[in-house]
Amino acid sequence: MSNAAALATQPSPAVGHPYDDAIVKKFVIAMVVWAVVGMTVGVYIAAELAFWQLNLGIPQLTFGRLRPLHTNAVIFAFACNVVFGGMYYSIQRLLQVRMWSDGLSKFHFWGWQSIIVAAAITLPMGMTQSKEYAELIWPIDLAIAVVFLSFAFNVMMTIANRKVQHLYVAIWFYMSFLITIPVLHVVNNLAILATLTRSYPVYSGMTDALVQWWYGHNAVGFVLTTPFLGLMYYFLPRAANRPVFSYRLSIVHFWALVFLYIWAGPHHLLYSALPDWAQTLGMVFSIMLIAPSWGGMLNGLLTLRGAWNRLRTDPILKFMVVAVSFYGMSTFEGPMMSIRAVSALSHYTNWVIGHVHSGALGWVGMISFAILYWMVPRLWNRELYSERLATYHFWIATIGIVLYTVAMWGAGIQEGLNWRALDENGQLAYSFVDTTLQMKPYFYVRLLGGLMYLSGVLLMAYNLIATVQRPEPAVSAAPAAK
Amino acid sequence: MSNETESKPYWHRRLLEPRAGLFAVLTTVVISIGGLVEITPMFTVTTAAHAEAAGIEPYTPLEVAGRDIYIREGCYVCHSQMVRPFRDETLRYGAWSRSEEYSWDRPFLLGSRRIGPDLFRVGGKYPDAWHYEHMKDPRSITPQSLMPPYPWLARWKIDPEDVRASVVALKRVGTPYTDEEVEQVPAALQAQGQQIVDRMATAGIQVAWDDEIVALTAYLQRLGKMNKTGKIADAGGAE
Repeated sequence: MSNAAALATQPSPAVGHPYDDAIVKKFVIAMVVWAVVGMTVGVYIAAELAFWQLNLGIPQLTFGRLRPLHTNAVIFAFACNVVFGGMYYSIQRLLQVRMWSDGLSKFHFWGWQSIIVAAAITLPMGMTQSKEYAELIWPIDLAIAVVFLSFAFNVMMTIANRKVQHLYVAIWFYMSFLITIPVLHVVNNLAILATLTRSYPVYSGMTDALVQWWYGHNAVGFVLTTPFLGLMYYFLPRAANRPVFSYRLSIVHFWALVFLYIWAGPHHLLYSALPDWAQTLGMVFSIMLIAPSWGGMLNGLLTLRGAWNRLRTDPILKFMVVAVSFYGMSTFEGPMMSIRAVSALSHYTNWVIGHVHSGALGWVGMISFAILYWMVPRLWNRELYSERLATYHFWIATIGIVLYTVAMWGAGIQEGLNWRALDENGQLAYSFVDTTLQMKPYFYVRLLGGLMYLSGVLLMAYNLIATVQRPEPAVSAAPAAK
Repeated sequence: MSNETESKPYWHRRLLEPRAGLFAVLTTVVISIGGLVEITPMFTVTTAAHAEAAGIEPYTPLEVAGRDIYIREGCYVCHSQMVRPFRDETLRYGAWSRSEEYSWDRPFLLGSRRIGPDLFRVGGKYPDAWHYEHMKDPRSITPQSLMPPYPWLARWKIDPEDVRASVVALKRVGTPYTDEEVEQVPAALQAQGQQIVDRMATAGIQVAWDDEIVALTAYLQRLGKMNKTGKIADAGGAE
């Protein structure tokens, strides 16, 4: 075990409270609020697919306009706030120093929340660049660049001011996030302006498609994967009270992951008009990605050696184990879907939606809930209101994910097989709408799964609010010193 | 495990972990390689010259306006524009897509999901009036459809000056519009729009040239017919 891993379990310095936890609290509130908003929109658009009447004739509520709002809200509002809050909490403790500038931290918080509000207004109005996960119009893109770079600068200065010599593995993952996101964001959004709300990309056609999926896939890689692995490396050893399983493995899988991830984008364009060599590179690197992904999963799971018995009672560990397991499952499924022959079946179908959600609900969501249940009692210095409610949340969410992903697998494979089915005369066996009709039962099950997952989040919100509202304990610093 | 790493510090621990700057530089290099290798060659593949050699015409102002509406309404969220080279796809949709056909697509609109059918070869498949009826009430055409109706497209108007701003930006980024074409945007909108108005009138549908549904119809009818001779669109199915 490295001494940095030991640091992770050291108590914070006793003198006063040297860390800026006020900023973490702000982000915690934002995480819960945006989780509820983003997932409610998700459930609503899932219902729209099952019942087309649900936009009520209102242009701003159609599926086409709200689906980007859902993805932006869960990725950039919920997940990014988790990353930011978790980073502010862990960086200060790992580096044993307060953030370099509280002012920049506040600017980051309010800037980011304003960006989210701007997104929530513009997307339903139909102001969009249309590129997936890069829909936001150019003025908002500029704001994202400024706010994100100010955050990155603040973190880099904090790292420069650190009181410990060696950078712990969580910091490596955070740094890859801070470096890669601005590169992806700027390159993919280069555009010529037409009006205040409209612009056209400098790339055209298949080049634009390749740049976008280089961006899009690495938004998954460097927003939903590397910073969350950093969070895992901080919070999982602390929750389990065990050192990280293997330092050597963390080195190997970190460098392999950040190198290989960047190449995988073209797997979104298999059998398209993209040149074959680029498609093949995307496929091959995607398959290689299994190794570093599973390196991270194994390092996480094996860190729990000796703590397995606590899995029965500790809801935080339950969330973490399921999260890391879903990480392993979706990083196996993804490379499989990147094989040309599998993509031929799965592309354009609900299977892709199922795959995304096993990663998003299973990995990102579950590890985020674990982090929230871990941080809130410590930040507000209160015992968690109810461990039982947290356990209920765990089970409702887990069953919800299973319903969601199984429904989407079934739907996707059925769609893919129907579309390619030929009759004995070599003609199409099904018209398109035949298959659309068959999707309905799956859409109902998916809606139910999504509703369950959202109910779990509401339960968590109630539990956390009740925790914060408890009376302050007479002897302070009881849980905080753990 | 822990004893081993404590007693035998790795090169990583000695060289990189104490040096944040070096760590950041190395990370930047490592994350840049894949993108550079994959993306840079693309600039030699899709160029304006390439498109012009293949006879691919840029979108007319009315089609640009229709495309902007297609983007605003998020049509690409449910409809792809990429026919893959499979037997079932060429049977269902028509000739498979070729990279040069996308030359003037800014942004690209391949889509990633087929909640509805692919639209890349929808141009010319149905009469203009079909699109009017379908956007007003999809179930009047396909009773089982789960697409929501878009009645506001028949009420909302395009703004010629707004379309001109798009054409100017597209010209600036490399689409070969002449200065005269930029100047004539309002006249071109009206001329092409009027043709669609007349065709719809024969089906008993009253629209105006600046109705959004007219612009969207112009764009949809253009899809898959990038080459005005129709050569590319016709070739694939037979191959």
